[in-house]
Amino acid sequence: MKALNIIETGYRATLEEQDDPGVWLAYTLKAAGADVDVLLRGNAVNYAVKDQDAGGLQYGAWRQTQPPRLAENIASLTSKGMAVFIVSEDLQERGLGGVPLIESLTPVTRNGIARLLGNYDQVWHW
Amino acid sequence: MADKKTLTFALMDPPYENARSTTALRLINIAAKRGYDINVFAYEGSVFLAFAMQKPHPNAMHGRNVEEENHVLTKELVSSLMQEAMRNGGKIDWVNCGLCVDERGAVEAVEGVRRGSPADFLKMAASSDNTLVIGTRG
Repeated sequence: MKALNIIETGYRATLEEQDDPGVWLAYTLKAAGADVDVLLRGNAVNYAVKDQDAGGLQYGAWRQTQPPRLAENIASLTSKGMAVFIVSEDLQERGLGGVPLIESLTPVTRNGIARLLGNYDQVWHW
Repeated sequence: MADKKTLTFALMDPPYENARSTTALRLINIAAKRGYDINVFAYEGSVFLAFAMQKPHPNAMHGRNVEEENHVLTKELVSSLMQEAMRNGGKIDWVNCGLCVDERGAVEAVEGVRRGSPADFLKMAASSDNTLVIGTRG
Protein backbone atom coordinates (compact mmCIF):
# COMPACT_ATOMS: atom_id res chain seq x y z
CA MET A 1 0.00 0.00 0.00
CA LYS A 2 1.26 3.42 -0.96
CA ALA A 3 0.07 6.37 1.10
CA LEU A 4 0.32 10.14 0.81
CA ASN A 5 0.52 11.99 4.11
CA ILE A 6 -0.84 15.51 3.59
CA ILE A 7 0.19 18.00 6.23
CA GLU A 8 -1.75 21.25 6.19
CA THR A 9 -1.94 22.56 9.77
CA GLY A 10 1.40 24.22 10.38
CA TYR A 11 2.97 24.81 13.76
CA ARG A 12 0.34 22.97 15.71
CA ALA A 13 1.86 22.78 19.20
CA THR A 14 5.30 22.35 17.68
CA LEU A 15 6.99 24.23 20.52
CA GLU A 16 5.65 21.74 23.03
CA GLU A 17 6.06 18.69 20.82
CA GLN A 18 9.46 19.83 19.55
CA ASP A 19 8.42 18.63 16.10
CA ASP A 20 5.27 18.22 14.01
CA PRO A 21 3.32 15.05 14.78
CA GLY A 22 2.36 14.58 11.13
CA VAL A 23 5.98 14.77 10.04
CA TRP A 24 7.04 12.53 12.91
CA LEU A 25 4.41 9.95 11.98
CA ALA A 26 5.56 9.85 8.38
CA TYR A 27 9.17 9.40 9.46
CA THR A 28 8.26 6.66 11.92
CA LEU A 29 6.07 4.76 9.47
CA LYS A 30 8.76 4.94 6.81
CA ALA A 31 11.31 3.62 9.29
CA ALA A 32 8.93 0.72 9.94
CA GLY A 33 8.86 -0.11 6.23
CA ALA A 34 5.80 1.76 5.06
CA ASP A 35 5.62 3.32 1.60
CA VAL A 36 4.72 6.88 2.50
CA ASP A 37 5.27 10.24 0.86
CA VAL A 38 4.39 13.70 2.16
CA LEU A 39 2.60 16.70 0.70
CA LEU A 40 3.00 20.08 2.42
CA ARG A 41 0.19 22.50 1.77
CA GLY A 42 -1.44 25.48 3.46
CA ASN A 43 0.49 26.97 6.36
CA ALA A 44 2.62 23.83 6.60
CA VAL A 45 4.58 24.93 3.51
CA ASN A 46 6.51 27.17 5.91
CA TYR A 47 8.15 24.03 7.30
CA ALA A 48 10.39 24.02 4.23
CA VAL A 49 11.90 27.45 4.95
CA LYS A 50 15.58 27.08 5.81
CA ASP A 51 16.05 30.15 7.99
CA GLN A 52 13.67 29.56 10.85
CA ASP A 53 14.63 29.55 14.49
CA ALA A 54 12.21 28.65 17.26
CA GLY A 55 14.82 28.79 19.99
CA GLY A 56 14.61 30.84 23.15
CA LEU A 57 11.47 29.57 24.83
CA GLN A 58 11.72 30.08 28.58
CA TYR A 59 9.37 29.85 31.53
CA GLY A 60 10.95 31.09 34.73
CA ALA A 61 14.19 29.16 35.10
CA TRP A 62 13.10 26.49 32.63
CA ARG A 63 14.68 26.83 29.19
CA GLN A 64 13.94 24.79 26.10
CA THR A 65 17.12 23.09 24.94
CA GLN A 66 15.71 21.32 21.90
CA PRO A 67 13.38 23.66 20.02
CA PRO A 68 11.61 22.32 16.95
CA ARG A 69 13.77 22.25 13.82
CA LEU A 70 11.10 21.68 11.25
CA ALA A 71 13.15 22.28 8.11
CA GLU A 72 15.68 19.73 9.32
CA ASN A 73 12.88 17.29 10.05
CA ILE A 74 11.46 17.69 6.56
CA ALA A 75 14.93 17.19 5.12
CA SER A 76 15.22 13.99 7.12
CA LEU A 77 12.15 12.68 5.30
CA THR A 78 13.72 13.10 1.90
CA SER A 79 16.98 11.62 3.14
CA LYS A 80 14.99 8.53 4.10
CA GLY A 81 13.76 8.21 0.54
CA MET A 82 10.39 9.83 0.90
CA ALA A 83 9.13 12.23 -1.72
CA VAL A 84 8.06 15.52 -0.18
CA PHE A 85 5.76 17.55 -2.38
CA ILE A 86 4.98 21.21 -1.74
CA VAL A 87 2.18 23.29 -3.21
CA SER A 88 3.69 26.15 -5.23
CA GLU A 89 0.73 28.53 -4.94
CA ASP A 90 0.67 28.15 -1.16
CA LEU A 91 4.30 29.27 -1.07
CA GLN A 92 3.61 32.23 -3.35
CA GLU A 93 0.58 33.41 -1.39
CA ARG A 94 2.66 33.53 1.77
CA GLY A 95 5.50 35.48 0.19
CA LEU A 96 7.80 32.49 0.28
CA GLY A 97 8.42 32.29 -3.44
CA GLY A 98 11.96 33.65 -3.27
CA VAL A 99 12.85 32.41 0.19
CA PRO A 100 15.53 29.72 0.52
CA LEU A 101 13.90 26.35 1.04
CA ILE A 102 15.39 23.01 1.90
CA GLU A 103 16.47 20.99 -1.09
CA SER A 104 14.93 17.86 -2.57
CA LEU A 105 11.35 19.11 -2.46
CA THR A 106 9.07 18.42 -5.39
CA PRO A 107 6.86 21.41 -6.29
CA VAL A 108 3.31 20.65 -7.30
CA THR A 109 0.64 23.07 -8.48
CA ARG A 110 -2.88 23.00 -7.11
CA ASN A 111 -4.05 21.78 -10.49
CA GLY A 112 -1.61 18.92 -10.21
CA ILE A 113 -2.77 17.66 -6.83
CA ALA A 114 -5.60 15.51 -8.17
CA ARG A 115 -3.23 13.73 -10.52
CA LEU A 116 -0.78 13.25 -7.65
CA LEU A 117 -3.44 11.70 -5.42
CA GLY A 118 -4.11 9.16 -8.13
CA ASN A 119 -0.68 7.69 -7.54
CA TYR A 120 -1.57 6.56 -4.02
CA ASP A 121 -3.77 3.84 -2.56
CA GLN A 122 -4.61 5.95 0.47
CA VAL A 123 -4.47 9.65 1.30
CA TRP A 124 -4.16 10.80 4.90
CA HIS A 125 -4.97 14.46 5.35
CA TRP A 126 -3.89 15.96 8.67
CA MET B 1 5.14 46.81 45.05
CA ALA B 2 2.82 49.73 44.50
CA ASP B 3 1.61 48.59 41.12
CA LYS B 4 1.35 44.95 42.03
CA LYS B 5 -1.58 43.44 40.23
CA THR B 6 -3.67 40.35 40.57
CA LEU B 7 -4.53 38.64 37.32
CA THR B 8 -6.72 35.65 36.62
CA PHE B 9 -6.20 33.37 33.65
CA ALA B 10 -8.86 30.87 32.61
CA LEU B 11 -7.43 28.20 30.35
CA MET B 12 -9.24 25.54 28.39
CA ASP B 13 -6.90 23.83 25.92
CA PRO B 14 -4.93 20.68 26.68
CA PRO B 15 -1.18 20.57 26.21
CA TYR B 16 0.39 19.31 22.97
CA GLU B 17 -2.59 20.33 20.83
CA ASN B 18 -2.00 23.91 19.70
CA ALA B 19 -0.01 27.03 20.47
CA ARG B 20 -2.62 28.60 22.73
CA SER B 21 -1.41 26.75 25.80
CA THR B 22 2.17 27.75 24.98
CA THR B 23 1.10 31.38 24.66
CA ALA B 24 -0.96 31.26 27.84
CA LEU B 25 2.01 30.03 29.82
CA ARG B 26 4.21 32.71 28.25
CA LEU B 27 1.77 35.40 29.41
CA ILE B 28 1.73 33.89 32.88
CA ASN B 29 5.54 33.92 32.79
CA ILE B 30 5.53 37.67 32.16
CA ALA B 31 3.17 38.23 35.06
CA ALA B 32 5.30 36.00 37.28
CA LYS B 33 8.42 37.97 36.40
CA ARG B 34 6.62 41.15 37.45
CA GLY B 35 5.78 39.64 40.82
CA TYR B 36 2.05 39.71 40.25
CA ASP B 37 -0.36 37.50 42.12
CA ILE B 38 -1.71 35.11 39.54
CA ASN B 39 -4.76 32.93 39.57
CA VAL B 40 -5.19 30.15 37.06
CA PHE B 41 -8.43 28.32 36.58
CA ALA B 42 -7.67 25.27 34.47
CA TYR B 43 -10.85 24.18 32.83
CA GLU B 44 -11.62 21.17 30.58
CA GLY B 45 -8.53 19.82 28.81
CA SER B 46 -6.16 22.32 30.39
CA VAL B 47 -6.22 20.27 33.61
CA PHE B 48 -3.64 18.10 31.82
CA LEU B 49 -1.13 20.97 31.80
CA ALA B 50 -0.16 20.11 35.37
CA PHE B 51 -0.72 16.35 35.10
CA ALA B 52 1.95 14.70 37.25
CA MET B 53 2.12 11.48 35.24
CA GLN B 54 3.61 13.16 32.15
CA LYS B 55 6.81 11.44 31.07
CA PRO B 56 9.55 12.44 28.63
CA HIS B 57 10.42 10.27 25.67
CA PRO B 58 13.27 9.81 23.21
CA ASN B 59 12.82 10.86 19.60
CA ALA B 60 14.09 8.60 16.84
CA MET B 61 13.50 11.19 14.14
CA HIS B 62 15.82 13.57 15.97
CA GLY B 63 18.23 10.77 16.79
CA ARG B 64 18.20 11.73 20.45
CA ASN B 65 17.73 9.65 23.58
CA VAL B 66 15.37 10.71 26.33
CA GLU B 67 17.97 12.85 28.10
CA GLU B 68 19.16 14.56 24.94
CA GLU B 69 15.65 15.20 23.67
CA ASN B 70 14.69 16.90 26.94
CA HIS B 71 11.09 16.85 25.84
CA VAL B 72 8.78 19.60 27.03
CA LEU B 73 6.63 18.48 29.93
CA THR B 74 4.05 21.12 30.73
CA LYS B 75 3.90 19.98 34.35
CA GLU B 76 7.49 21.20 34.66
CA LEU B 77 6.55 24.52 33.08
CA VAL B 78 3.76 24.94 35.62
CA SER B 79 6.16 24.22 38.49
CA SER B 80 8.76 26.57 37.06
CA LEU B 81 6.19 29.34 36.75
CA MET B 82 5.14 28.86 40.37
CA GLN B 83 8.76 29.13 41.47
CA GLU B 84 9.30 32.20 39.29
CA ALA B 85 6.30 33.94 40.83
CA MET B 86 7.53 33.19 44.35
CA ARG B 87 11.05 34.34 43.48
CA ASN B 88 9.65 37.72 42.45
CA GLY B 89 7.35 38.19 45.42
CA GLY B 90 4.17 36.95 43.83
CA LYS B 91 2.31 33.68 43.80
CA ILE B 92 0.27 31.43 41.58
CA ASP B 93 -2.94 29.92 42.80
CA TRP B 94 -3.57 27.17 40.24
CA VAL B 95 -6.96 25.51 40.45
CA ASN B 96 -7.88 22.51 38.38
CA CYS B 97 -11.61 22.12 37.73
CA GLY B 98 -12.47 19.02 39.75
CA LEU B 99 -15.16 17.68 37.46
CA CYS B 100 -12.87 18.15 34.47
CA VAL B 101 -10.19 16.20 36.32
CA ASP B 102 -12.54 13.38 37.21
CA GLU B 103 -13.96 12.86 33.74
CA ARG B 104 -10.44 12.68 32.33
CA GLY B 105 -8.80 10.72 35.13
CA ALA B 106 -6.25 13.49 35.44
CA VAL B 107 -6.20 13.23 39.20
CA GLU B 108 -2.48 13.52 39.92
CA ALA B 109 -1.19 17.06 39.63
CA VAL B 110 2.14 18.63 40.47
CA GLU B 111 2.67 20.25 43.86
CA GLY B 112 0.93 23.56 44.29
CA VAL B 113 -2.06 22.71 42.14
CA ARG B 114 -5.33 22.35 43.95
CA ARG B 115 -8.72 20.98 43.05
CA GLY B 116 -11.60 23.40 42.77
CA SER B 117 -14.75 24.39 40.97
CA PRO B 118 -16.25 27.24 38.95
CA ALA B 119 -16.98 28.91 42.28
CA ASP B 120 -13.23 29.34 42.68
CA PHE B 121 -13.04 30.92 39.26
CA LEU B 122 -15.74 33.40 40.24
CA LYS B 123 -13.85 34.33 43.41
CA MET B 124 -10.63 34.66 41.49
CA ALA B 125 -12.15 36.91 38.86
CA ALA B 126 -13.93 39.07 41.42
CA SER B 127 -10.71 39.67 43.33
CA SER B 128 -8.55 40.38 40.27
CA ASP B 129 -7.62 43.51 38.37
CA ASN B 130 -8.55 41.66 35.25
CA THR B 131 -9.28 38.23 33.82
CA LEU B 132 -8.08 36.74 30.57
CA VAL B 133 -9.98 33.79 29.17
CA ILE B 134 -8.05 31.71 26.66
CA GLY B 135 -10.71 29.37 25.44
CA THR B 136 -10.69 26.56 22.94
CA ARG B 137 -11.34 27.64 19.37
CA GLY B 138 -12.32 25.46 16.49
